[in-house]
Amino acid sequence: MTSNSLVYLIALPLIGSAVLLLAGRRADRWGHVLATLASGSSFVVGLYQFSQMLARSGEERAVTQKLFSWISVGSFKVDAALMLDQLSICFVLLITGVGTLIHIYSIAYMSHDLDRRRFFAYLNLFIAAMLLLVLGDSYLNLYVGWEGVGLASYLLIGFWNQKPTYATAAKKAFIANRVGDLGLSLAIMISFATLGTVSFSGVKEQAEHASTGALTAIGIMLLVAATGKSAQFPLQAWLGDAMAGPTPVSALIHAATMVTAGVYLIVRSNFIFDAAPTAQLMVAIVGAITLLFGAIIGMAKDDIKKALAASTMSQIGYMILGAGLGPAGYAFAIMHLLTHGFFKAGMFLGAGSVMHGMDDEVNMRRFGGLRKFMPITFATFGIGYLAIIGVPPFAGFYSKDKIIEVAFNAGGVKGWIFGCTALLGAAITAFYMTRLVIMTFAGNKRWDAKAHPHESPALMWIPMVLLAVGSVASGFIFSQGNSLRNWLAPVVEHEHEVEVELLSPAVVSILALLLVALGVGIAVMKYLRTEVLREAPENVSIFTKIARRDLMQDAFNEAVFMRPGQKVTAALVDIDKFVIDGAVRGVARLTQGSGSALRTTQTGYVRSYAMWILLGAIGLVATIWIVTL
Amino acid sequence: MNPANYLYVSVLLFVIGAIGVVVRRNAIVVFMCIELMLNASNLAFVTFARINGNLDGQVIAFFTMVVAACEVVIGLAIIVTIYRTRRSASVDDANLLKR
Repeated sequence: MTSNSLVYLIALPLIGSAVLLLAGRRADRWGHVLATLASGSSFVVGLYQFSQMLARSGEERAVTQKLFSWISVGSFKVDAALMLDQLSICFVLLITGVGTLIHIYSIAYMSHDLDRRRFFAYLNLFIAAMLLLVLGDSYLNLYVGWEGVGLASYLLIGFWNQKPTYATAAKKAFIANRVGDLGLSLAIMISFATLGTVSFSGVKEQAEHASTGALTAIGIMLLVAATGKSAQFPLQAWLGDAMAGPTPVSALIHAATMVTAGVYLIVRSNFIFDAAPTAQLMVAIVGAITLLFGAIIGMAKDDIKKALAASTMSQIGYMILGAGLGPAGYAFAIMHLLTHGFFKAGMFLGAGSVMHGMDDEVNMRRFGGLRKFMPITFATFGIGYLAIIGVPPFAGFYSKDKIIEVAFNAGGVKGWIFGCTALLGAAITAFYMTRLVIMTFAGNKRWDAKAHPHESPALMWIPMVLLAVGSVASGFIFSQGNSLRNWLAPVVEHEHEVEVELLSPAVVSILALLLVALGVGIAVMKYLRTEVLREAPENVSIFTKIARRDLMQDAFNEAVFMRPGQKVTAALVDIDKFVIDGAVRGVARLTQGSGSALRTTQTGYVRSYAMWILLGAIGLVATIWIVTL
Repeated sequence: MNPANYLYVSVLLFVIGAIGVVVRRNAIVVFMCIELMLNASNLAFVTFARINGNLDGQVIAFFTMVVAACEVVIGLAIIVTIYRTRRSASVDDANLLKR
């Protein structure tokens, strides 16, 4: 099937972005409206495509559109082509839907910012790039979008770059992402070298009779790419600092959409990972490590946005774990991704709303008792909270429990380790999210005298309410009759292998709920029963100190990569200065010196030239005479 | 008379001419010294023609005279022009190329 309207999905926000950036200050008055309309109309196109897709039967649902022939070198041909299938449409609707809501929210949130138009231009640029990422029909097309979202993310994290720390945060994110991007480009190169093609369909076909070694190499490189973009261990350090961007950016890019690109990449490449069990196992291990890593950091953070960022890291860890568990987990990874998109975006917008009412304060030790002052924010945030800790019937319950269940069913020691990690993660999630909610909305008032907490305007709370509705309903809808799983089946293709039932779903659910209750209970005891201090206590255990410092991730990166890197750079600079430049300068000095020495013979006097000619002639004659003698 | 004596005269004239070119500053004198060297070589040509008993050297002497005549015309013209513009016929003053 082909369709001519796919390109509009990307073109609308791209044009919006271009108009806003090129029109400059003239567009200040209407720029945000245009951007929101562009994103909204892209969403409408997405809905139209979705309805068209529903009208067709399972195998014929994917549509493609060839834009132009991009590269044609010998046997290597890449078209700039778009492909919309069951997997892409989930992302398209999430990106444009949540994206549009966040555009609406930003109109109010950024209303006092002089550069609001530029902000919206970048948001539109991001939407376009992200859509290209999920719509590209080959790894190379995906790569363009992949880099595009990296750029948009960089621009938006550093949006308030008048603050040097924010500009640094943007650079940090960009560099960490570049490391991951290197993995993706290597994966593409290996794929071209061994399989001779880079399109999804081509690779899928070739993967059946390719060597396991090549597929493992591609898979590991794709995993590196995913760890960079999705802030997974060991490239996770940038996500916390990325909270320097305006809060809607954190909600859209660093919670709901861009950071899930890694999950998309792995699920999209399911045919590679299914054929390369080592790479697949590594995916699951990375996911499991990150879900604990993020959760532990989340427990110690007092900055509301950084706590949410740590939670994002942890939740994406769940998705990666799910994606690393093979055909049984792909659909649930995507399900968790979608539900997470709703509740985490909602919670970030809630955090933004709190900051909006509290003069941009982010320290939760300066909040407290905001429930009465921001009832709508509290309600929507509370729904998101119930969803993320996995209380039925909220969305997170359906998706997260399924991942835990699949983890247990991976079988053997692997199953126990992954399952218990995921369960433990769920308990910690419950703890830190409860802590966050209590410190922000309940307990005693700890804010400064000049703060006047108030509810945010309707433009801000309406998107929050809509996302809260999604947080309630999405999990139920997706799991009702395995709807999402069946929907995705043609793409992720799970031929039913024998499922090892280590623990039955009911047992997993009960265990998870018990652990969640335990986590909530501890948090209530610790933060509601006892008074929260305005200053973070210093006499804490070494573990808390380490967790506050993000489990030493920055210290590690500095010690292992930055300082040796600086030394290598300094050494290379010295080599450049003394060896290479030395050689070049030496040649120059030699020429110059011999030149100035020879110059003295050029006196400009005819008589001296005549003298030289005479001497030369005598010398010549003498030479001939001696030679012939 | 021994033809070699002519050669000695020729060498003597050539050396006088060469030294004159190198030592003297006045362009006219330098020029005359060049003529002297040309004539010294002419004498050598003619002498060798006589010694070897063929006419090649004498023919070349004619060629040299023709070339020398042309050279005199052009050389004197240059010297006169330089003198007119600079009020000097010293070859050391004509060192513009150095700068």
